[in-house]
Amino acid sequence: MTWPGGSRWLKRPRLSAGPLVAWLIALPVLLPLLIVSASLFAAETEVWTHLRSHVLPEVIVNTLWLVAGVAVGTALIGTALAWLVAACDFPGQRFFSWALLLPMAVPAYVMAFVLIGQLEYAGPVQSWMRAVWGEDAGLPPIRSRLGVILALTLVLYPYVYLIARNAFATQGARALEVARSLGLRPAAGFFRVALPMARPWIIGGVMLAMMETLADFGTVAAFNYETFTTAIYKAWYDLQSIEAAMQLSSLLVVVVLVILVLEQLSRQRTRYTATGAGQARRFRLRGGKALAAVAFCMLVLTVAFLIPALQLLFWSVAHFDGLDARYLGLAGRSLSLSAMAAALAIMIALVLAYAVRRSPGLLAGLGARVATVGYAVPGPVLAVGLMLPLVWLSGVLQGGADWLLGEDRIIIALQGTLLGLVAAYIGRFLAVAYNPVNANLLRVSSTLDDAARGMGLGPLGVIARVHFPLVRGGLITGAILVFVDVMKEMPITLMLRPFGWETLALRIYEMTAEGQWERAALPALTLVLVGLVPVILLTRRLDDGGGQSASEKRRPANLESAHAA
Amino acid sequence: MSPFKSCLAASLLATLFVWLPVAEAANDEVVVYSARQEHLIKPLFDLYEEKTGTRIRYTTGDAGQLLQRIQGEGRRTRADLLLTVDAGNLWQAAERGLLKAVDSPALRERVPEHLRDPEDQWFGLSLRVRTMVYHPDRVEEGELGSYADLADERWEGRLCLRSSRKVYNQSLVAIMIEEKGEERSEEIVRSWVDNLATDPFSSDTQVMEAILAGQCDVGLVNSYYYGRLQAREPDLPLRLHWADQDGAGVHVNISGGGVTRHAGNPEGAQALLEWLSSEEAQRLFGSMNFEYPANPEVPPDPQVALWGEFRQNPVNVRHAGERQRQAVMLMDRAGYR
Repeated sequence: MTWPGGSRWLKRPRLSAGPLVAWLIALPVLLPLLIVSASLFAAETEVWTHLRSHVLPEVIVNTLWLVAGVAVGTALIGTALAWLVAACDFPGQRFFSWALLLPMAVPAYVMAFVLIGQLEYAGPVQSWMRAVWGEDAGLPPIRSRLGVILALTLVLYPYVYLIARNAFATQGARALEVARSLGLRPAAGFFRVALPMARPWIIGGVMLAMMETLADFGTVAAFNYETFTTAIYKAWYDLQSIEAAMQLSSLLVVVVLVILVLEQLSRQRTRYTATGAGQARRFRLRGGKALAAVAFCMLVLTVAFLIPALQLLFWSVAHFDGLDARYLGLAGRSLSLSAMAAALAIMIALVLAYAVRRSPGLLAGLGARVATVGYAVPGPVLAVGLMLPLVWLSGVLQGGADWLLGEDRIIIALQGTLLGLVAAYIGRFLAVAYNPVNANLLRVSSTLDDAARGMGLGPLGVIARVHFPLVRGGLITGAILVFVDVMKEMPITLMLRPFGWETLALRIYEMTAEGQWERAALPALTLVLVGLVPVILLTRRLDDGGGQSASEKRRPANLESAHAA
Repeated sequence: MSPFKSCLAASLLATLFVWLPVAEAANDEVVVYSARQEHLIKPLFDLYEEKTGTRIRYTTGDAGQLLQRIQGEGRRTRADLLLTVDAGNLWQAAERGLLKAVDSPALRERVPEHLRDPEDQWFGLSLRVRTMVYHPDRVEEGELGSYADLADERWEGRLCLRSSRKVYNQSLVAIMIEEKGEERSEEIVRSWVDNLATDPFSSDTQVMEAILAGQCDVGLVNSYYYGRLQAREPDLPLRLHWADQDGAGVHVNISGGGVTRHAGNPEGAQALLEWLSSEEAQRLFGSMNFEYPANPEVPPDPQVALWGEFRQNPVNVRHAGERQRQAVMLMDRAGYR
């Protein structure tokens, strides 16, 4: 072994642990995706033929309308609000700048049932209108395409708002100053300078909203609006065909992949140009314009947060007897499930981040990318795709257990156990944990490691005394985000939950499926309150005077902050 | 690489903790898997435990999942008795070989023939009646007849229905297919859809609220939803009409149960099932959820009795299961969402 390459070659097996770990962690996402994709070419069944000719056309049209509608809605509302708050000065501007994030705390399906409960023909608003203006008064039907789009837009616009606001505040300040000094009016400054510069960012935010829309299950179920996710559920349960469910999923995967590629392209264009120091002077709005700005912000805040929150509060108080032992049991399960998933996700995220850090090759990086792609994969797809491997693994383990312990000593059925459920959660939400952890870890330079080692710290010492204090913030953020996401999660929990396990989100599903809005209010209110935690965290961090570090401004941070909903 | 390994080991350990071991069932107890909600079965079980000293352990869940679970556990299942709502689910369970025939004269005598499996694998315990609800200010009772009559164009813009995703509607259409054939049923369902005043609702309660508010005049609901609403609003102006009394009779579905094929304690499960069909238990059944006792000898709850008597459709409820998939597809074709 005298030739120079030899020793490096010998070291290789040690180094390759990184990619291996990364790909291992990617399994909960990769397996379902592969299995589901394989069924794209599966055989025709009777159910599939039926779905293709009688369900699929409507599902595709419905899904396209919904995604397009939400994209336009969030882009318009999010960008307009972001511009007002970031570039203009009007009474309440500081208040609105954080308050407009609050709707992120409202799960979309909660927004759905509040909207339906209030705006339905038999609901209070229309009843009042009929009482005042006579029998013919009324609103267009809320349980319609427009209604679903409205519900999702109201809770998803903060994604665009958050990202666009950052872009407006940090990016175009100088350019805008220049534009102003050249005599451009504010409107022209917006359309000709700020908007083009922020466009890739806005598109990134809209993409996130679109992916959330594709993944949504609870909202469309409440509106009885059939999309891919509800059709998958229907194929699996109503038509008892997991094959057809997988075939539907495979089509959805294709759609998701297209959006992912688009997102990747849009991200590549999101570069931070030199922001320069200081902020641009704000446009001071006066008189009618200021009033209009306040009214617009207030309107969105009221419709998207205040009314739902008050309505939930009102219903909860009226049905406070719902707060019994059973409710506490549900809350306990939700909490423990979320805590468990959050703890595991954060640990796995940390392992993944270290794996990528230690082996900077393409292989590990790609593994990490795949492992975190789950945020774009709708829950039902993951659930359907994880079912088969779990059944298979159970069979293998059962064989082993029977051989080891004797026939039937223990029963292994991983499908419908916590293991399957938590694996699916991790597959879906790992990105949410990974991005903040990784962003923080990137800040730890390897020279710091070397210095610490040089001062006599062992590898564990480096982690405990150098890395941990630096990464702690990211760990906490990631854990909280996963915690809240799991708490709100509906389709995966519904399809993979262990026997007899109910959570707050499922309770809401059950109650809204029976139209008992009032009884869904207490669990819904709980979810909103829990959901406020990351929103508050987010606003506090953003209010630190834009004090994000350089590493957080890299791509992942963009996603991380926007994924708080 | 030890940072790595320690993290890996930690997460592996955590994964192991996640997996819960399965305990073994004792013999002096009956294990029940129930798709009927806890508050509807617990009073019954409490009473039975008190009377016989047999311990009942139960767990509740979604019917589809219960079946999947029993199937997954195979011959190792812990379940002795399966209780579920909807005949379709019971039929499914029997079809998948999850239940075993029970030779019980008591059950055969107490449960009418159309409410139990011809091969004695499952038995109906309570009746859920799906019928019409209407507003007497806008509809004369004489105008109402059978389910098929709601296809008539005089109901255009006056009908409210719940989503076809609900198994109650799937059973109704499945039985209709059994009686009238697929073609005729599809015509009827198509006309229902044409007559709708608004898109289908997600619940029976919403259907009644819409009728109350004047959005439509007539709808189809399970009678116990009407009972719940009436209990909340004693002056409820809506009325029930027993459908198809001049024809086949009103559509009924059941909640019921069966002993699992690999039950560890089949005798205990059978004894419990028999007791559930007895007068004492049947009265409780009826009083808890405004449902009708399956046992025709047992009178319903006084509030329920006020709604009057009716003739049931005598077609065996197992057809609701046999034709469920067919019904779902038919409703998809007919544009019933």
